[in-house]
Amino acid sequence: MTTEPLTFPLTRTGPFDLPAEVLAMRADRPITRVRYPDGRTGWLVTRRAAVRAVLADPRFSARQELRSTPFNTAAETPPAIPGMFIGMDPPDHTHYRRLLTGQFTVRRMRRLTTRVEQIAAEHLDLMAAAGPPADLVPAYAVPIPALVICELLGIQPAMREPFMQATARMSRIDAALEEKQRAMAEVSGHIAEMVRHKRAEPADDLLSGLIADGGRLTDDEVTTMAFLLLGAGFDTTANMLGLGTFALLSNPDQLPAVTDPATVDNAVEELLRYLPIIPGTIRSALEDIELEGVRIAKGESVMVSIPGANRDPEHFADPDTLRTARDTAGHVAFGHGVHQCLGQQLARVEMRVALPALFRRFPDLALAVPPEQVPLRDDMVIGGVHALPVTWGA
Amino acid sequence: MRVQADREVCIGAGMCVLTLPEVFDQDEDDGRVVLRTPEPAPALAQRAREAVALCPSRALSAAP
Ligand code: HEM
Ligand code: SF4
Repeated sequence: MTTEPLTFPLTRTGPFDLPAEVLAMRADRPITRVRYPDGRTGWLVTRRAAVRAVLADPRFSARQELRSTPFNTAAETPPAIPGMFIGMDPPDHTHYRRLLTGQFTVRRMRRLTTRVEQIAAEHLDLMAAAGPPADLVPAYAVPIPALVICELLGIQPAMREPFMQATARMSRIDAALEEKQRAMAEVSGHIAEMVRHKRAEPADDLLSGLIADGGRLTDDEVTTMAFLLLGAGFDTTANMLGLGTFALLSNPDQLPAVTDPATVDNAVEELLRYLPIIPGTIRSALEDIELEGVRIAKGESVMVSIPGANRDPEHFADPDTLRTARDTAGHVAFGHGVHQCLGQQLARVEMRVALPALFRRFPDLALAVPPEQVPLRDDMVIGGVHALPVTWGA
Repeated sequence: MRVQADREVCIGAGMCVLTLPEVFDQDEDDGRVVLRTPEPAPALAQRAREAVALCPSRALSAAP
């Protein structure tokens, strides 16, 4: 292999397709050299077995100060601040994550179902009242996960509007970096205020739970953990809903599986597998490690392609086709290893409720523009659509 | 078959509960795995093995 290292960004070729480079590697290479924007070289891993091997191996660190990323040109990243456990290794990671897992059990998330149903119904009512056409992203895909997180954290109704507006500004692309940073500070400020409030007047919600649990957690730590939940859970779910709707409108034969309660769970798993929302995640080698016949040197960063693993023909037959009836077990849409998504049961509930509700309310939902005019988030870390103009018979 | 769960390794991702609620549960307080039975009925063995394979933190093991 004497080829030049790949560089970022990888070439996106369509809303539902693998980056061209990842697809090209499918035939003969599970791992290849890359050069990150900070100038350092590392590796890109694209097959499911190798992706899982990296994510399960404690010799590959998630510490953010060790890694190069496809998006960051800065040579140095500071270590994770206390509470930002996604960028830590055990035991620090474990310490923080354990304080949250009790709030995210399958059982608790199922209990939230009724609230998610209400939130979805309210937004469908608003869409129906305003009449077609609508942009599904601000009308449905974004507010549902945002409100659910407000609900979960226990953000009071009066604070939701400014909180959600700042959150939406935080993830807009057309905004300048400075403006985004201001929005992030604003969101953080709102959360910090809530934390102070909950310390004084605890209620039955996640923030109060964290404060009570960890007489050992500082307000700053609680704020950071809540900010991480928001950051990890908001854009991801919103884009699954937006791009998921686009995928279903493009594959109408798969729709009945979503609106049928008997099949919706597996249909959602298939959407999770199929939709390339998260391009990957990064780990850095703490020592020299042999993988798939190459030697990864200590200190090198490895990007694992989540869409690559989810479209691995060795595990999923006909992997580039959306097939809601397939066996979806073993997809890695939520990652693998100790960082596997904490919010996955919540994300599942949201998708299992919101997608069927949409197509039941508007059975003739259709794109209001030709598919090639749907603006894609090719410029963003989290993929999906910027807008999804839809229409229906009023 | 016998299954074992290492609560020290569990990260509470809930994949086991999702795969086989007859055998796996999550602690109400800390979200970590709780075995409802260490000896699943033979009819559940296949899904129990699947749950073991799906656990992201390798907290589960099964012996025939
Ligand atoms: C469909 C939507 C979602 C997808 C596809 C998704 C995907 C992921 C992935 C791939 C990871 C692993 C990252 C890594 O290994 O570096 C992750 C971690 C995480 N996710 Fe999600 N996620 C979703 C929704 C959510 C929601 C709704 C929440 C919370 C409200 C959430 C909270 C988290 C947290 C806290 C982590 C870090 C876990 C850790 O480091 O231990 N996610 N997610
Ligand atoms: S799947 Fe593994 S990590 Fe997740 S709750 Fe079960 S035992 Fe724990």
